[in-house]
Amino acid sequence: MKIGVLIKQVPDTATNIKIAANGAGIDPTGIKYVVSPYDEIAIEEGLKTKEKVGGEVVVVSLGPVRCVEAIRTGLAMGADKGIHIDDAGVVVDSYLTARILASVLEKENFDILFVGKQAADNDCAQVGPMVAEFLGWPQVTVVEKIELNEARSGAVVARRVGGGAKEIYDVSLPAVIAVEKGLNNPRYASLPGIMKAKSKPLTTLKAADLVGGEKARVEVTHYRLPPERPEGRILKGEAEQVVPELVRLLREEAKVI
Amino acid sequence: MGGLPFTEGHEIFRKTVRDFAEKELFPHQKEWEKGKSFPREIFGRAAELGLFGVVYPEELGGSGGDYWYKVVACEEMIRARMAGMVMDLFAHSDIATPVINEIGNEAQKKEFLVPAIKGEKIGALGITEPGAGSDVANISTTAKKEGSDYVINGAKTFITNGTRADFITLAVRTGDKGYQGISLILFPTDTKGFTAMPIKDKLGNHSSDTAELHFENCRIPARYLLGDENAGFIYIMQNFQGERLVGALMANASAQLTVEDAMAYARQREAFGRPLIKLQVWRHRFADLLSQIEASKCLTYHAVDLFNRKEECVAEVSMAKLISCDLANRIAYDCLQIHGGYGYTEEYDVARYSRDVRLLTIGGGASEIMKEIIAKRFGM
Repeated sequence: MKIGVLIKQVPDTATNIKIAANGAGIDPTGIKYVVSPYDEIAIEEGLKTKEKVGGEVVVVSLGPVRCVEAIRTGLAMGADKGIHIDDAGVVVDSYLTARILASVLEKENFDILFVGKQAADNDCAQVGPMVAEFLGWPQVTVVEKIELNEARSGAVVARRVGGGAKEIYDVSLPAVIAVEKGLNNPRYASLPGIMKAKSKPLTTLKAADLVGGEKARVEVTHYRLPPERPEGRILKGEAEQVVPELVRLLREEAKVI
Repeated sequence: MGGLPFTEGHEIFRKTVRDFAEKELFPHQKEWEKGKSFPREIFGRAAELGLFGVVYPEELGGSGGDYWYKVVACEEMIRARMAGMVMDLFAHSDIATPVINEIGNEAQKKEFLVPAIKGEKIGALGITEPGAGSDVANISTTAKKEGSDYVINGAKTFITNGTRADFITLAVRTGDKGYQGISLILFPTDTKGFTAMPIKDKLGNHSSDTAELHFENCRIPARYLLGDENAGFIYIMQNFQGERLVGALMANASAQLTVEDAMAYARQREAFGRPLIKLQVWRHRFADLLSQIEASKCLTYHAVDLFNRKEECVAEVSMAKLISCDLANRIAYDCLQIHGGYGYTEEYDVARYSRDVRLLTIGGGASEIMKEIIAKRFGM
């Protein structure tokens, strides 16, 4: 099988994000970038699928030059090839990212595409579904289990829908599978793997050559940090008085029930 | 030395080791420190990630990396917050085995180094004796040649990995008194007459396996002699450089982590109506400590650079070990102080750190020995 994995490089989830002085983005000073955690799960699923059925795993990422490190991480984990689409000079949103990715992916003849259910920075959860749409492929998102059929022509996929429930899909391939936590436990890039990755093929394309007259449809005007969480409140008194008050606060103030 | 030599590969490895330390090791800290041991499988897992073969050649199962990969491993492994367990892993990869790679013959590498890199055989270095520590030239464990064997008698103590080592890179007396009579021998611990007694009651490094070893008429084949007979002292002194660098790197990195912890505490703990960190006495103390760590780190990186390029570096390595390990102890003192009474409890990691850090100026060559080496290098 030819297995594709779409990944995004994001600030380490432990990073304390600061807004840049001009409000036009986040302050990149001191940020360590990593493979988005859901995409690590996508890489792992790609590798496990290859180990089971054979074939090759290709890691694809659109982003600035620094995201080559993310692709190399995928190669060090065991992927075979990388494709980097350098976004220099192109302002992208989810739509344009998906357009550009799709234009590259349609030439690669993948049998299946794995992608994280969302990126850990913007949490849009849009690129995977849009790529599927542009390729005209079926897609299943928030996938916590996947079982390929004997003929490798389709898969039975479990999609988490919350509240402990799941939907089971019978999906034909090629398809886009957006993966959720719990699907697998991503392996680390071992040092021997890192050394081997240095000589694995990595193709670089330019996003500017691939936009085909398209433009981003969302413009971010400015960034703002969420308001600080107010201090917790403790209700004192007997249960008979406190409970109705708690219910009232949860309903009227917190608006969670 | 110009810009830092960390490449993309180093950074990916850094993430791997950090994840390993934080996600797979640190969660077991309380259990392993209290139990004064950790599972042997950790050696296998560390081997899988490539931690034991960082600089060793690929044909032996290593990764053939430069020494900066080792730097990354040292700097991230301390995030397990268990100096004991981490010491055991590095005693295996950086204290017991480098000399085999340097001077071992093909058969010795195949029998000991290859399985050590795979984490299948655990190694220990046996030099210190009940009656000889810093004074290495004065060891009294003997290895007498009998036919094609050596017969070993004596005792070693404070040996890291002592009870579960499969082999010991052992310093023995094969010749006359003094440094000219010492040899290094690879000693399989399943040899008859060998016993290892755990030393459980240590001040710190609780999760470490430390032992006293006894050798009673232990007979091993002479082919286990490492390098030339009676040339052991010089091999030991060369071997120390890597061990001391690892010590200095971990001292700096753990000091940095401890200061960061203390600053986080000082941000949220209030006294006299404001966070501790707003008090000038503490702001200035932290500024001091951070500056000193940076200085120590620069010296250590300079020593690593020389070592990595196989340049003469004994003085620089000794200076790095001296400065960094001394600094780490002062940092433990200051960072516990800012925690006040809480620092004296196990609630914060600084208590554990203060115990563990005390070993740094003693193990791998005491600070006083570092000063002797430096003094000699300057003709004193």
